[in-house]
Amino acid sequence: MFNHILAQVNEMKIAVASGKGGTGKTTIATNLACAVARTGRKVQYLDCDVEEPNGHIFLKPDIKKTQAVTVDVPEVDLKKCTGCGKCGEICQYSAIVHLKENNVLTLEQLCHSCGGCLRVCPADAIKPKPLNIGDIEIGKAGEINFVHGRLRIGHVRTPSLIKEVKRHIENDYVAILDVPPGISCPVVEAVKGVDYVLLVTEPTPFGLNDLKLAVGLVREMNLPFAVIINRYGIGDDEVEKYCVSENIGIALRLPDNRRIAEAYSSGQIIMDVLSEYSEHFSELYVYIKSVKARIDDKRRL
Amino acid sequence: MKIAVTSTGKTMDSQVDPRFGRAACFIIIETETMDFSVIDNENVAAAGGAGISSAKAVIDAGVQAVLTGNCGPNAERTLSAANIKLYTGLTGTVAEAVELFKSGGLTEAAGPNVQSHFGTGK
Repeated sequence: MFNHILAQVNEMKIAVASGKGGTGKTTIATNLACAVARTGRKVQYLDCDVEEPNGHIFLKPDIKKTQAVTVDVPEVDLKKCTGCGKCGEICQYSAIVHLKENNVLTLEQLCHSCGGCLRVCPADAIKPKPLNIGDIEIGKAGEINFVHGRLRIGHVRTPSLIKEVKRHIENDYVAILDVPPGISCPVVEAVKGVDYVLLVTEPTPFGLNDLKLAVGLVREMNLPFAVIINRYGIGDDEVEKYCVSENIGIALRLPDNRRIAEAYSSGQIIMDVLSEYSEHFSELYVYIKSVKARIDDKRRL
Repeated sequence: MKIAVTSTGKTMDSQVDPRFGRAACFIIIETETMDFSVIDNENVAAAGGAGISSAKAVIDAGVQAVLTGNCGPNAERTLSAANIKLYTGLTGTVAEAVELFKSGGLTEAAGPNVQSHFGTGK
């Protein structure tokens, strides 16, 4: 029994998030994935920013498999419909509306696939119909297992697609999740269940404002986290003061450096171009591991 | 003909509410007799789908036409699916809007005239 537990390797699942957009989530996530891979550990990079994934620009994966992702929306057989209107009454999003007699309108984009209308229909007139919301692409970027989702243009079921991306997480891999910006539903879906969250910010009033929102989110979700200050050296020191006053760890300060920006703008991994930064990212992983070990120890006690 | 006018108040002298989905109320008028009744709009503060639910409310009231200020795509689609005529761009009092309609001075809307969530102040 004990041996069985020891044999299980549960590697860390780390989400890279931020309140503010454009702070450097993808830069941190892709470089961290490379740094972990260089230690010889098995690592996955999962781009959960399915509305605008861009990790592939830096990791340049060889895509081996594409899977279409569908969600179920109602399809009404008007010949069977008795016009009772129960489907419209149960729908919380007005995605299905009973108009007159047996005329029922469905608005697929508003449907959340709860299945309520299917269940309450006494005439069995409603069947689930798959709606393609996007694709998941799986491949290899060097030693890194690469997964990302691409939401179809015009579709709004972002959390559903993120959930599918996260199904590819494997226990014995360190997973780095690139999270969409902000603090709304897609972010909640992406960070749900991870072991650790890195909140990337920049030392400006904008960065601080959105960092506070993001801290509110991870605290609400009870997730361990630390802050990464990107473009360190610009702006002011209010982010650092805030972290100190709130007792929030700063896992990394990545200096503002034109050469980093140049590497980024040509789709390169910073560590490949500027070897002096590889230490920053391997230290970052060590930092996360030590914090996580402390948390786990506390939980055990 | 039975018609609905979006209204900020409960009388014929009230101003036309420029929003459809989140109108304060709907005044249902029988144009021949000018008899009217008022439906309070439960969707004023709805989280989403206000336009569709409001369309459903006027459909259930049995109207054949809707007069309002602005109407978004989901509400327009719902009204159109129920073959209800839609007239947008109305201002002034409900009574004035009805007079304009009766005089034949209105042109039916070809589609929605605003985007979703237009009336939420966002």
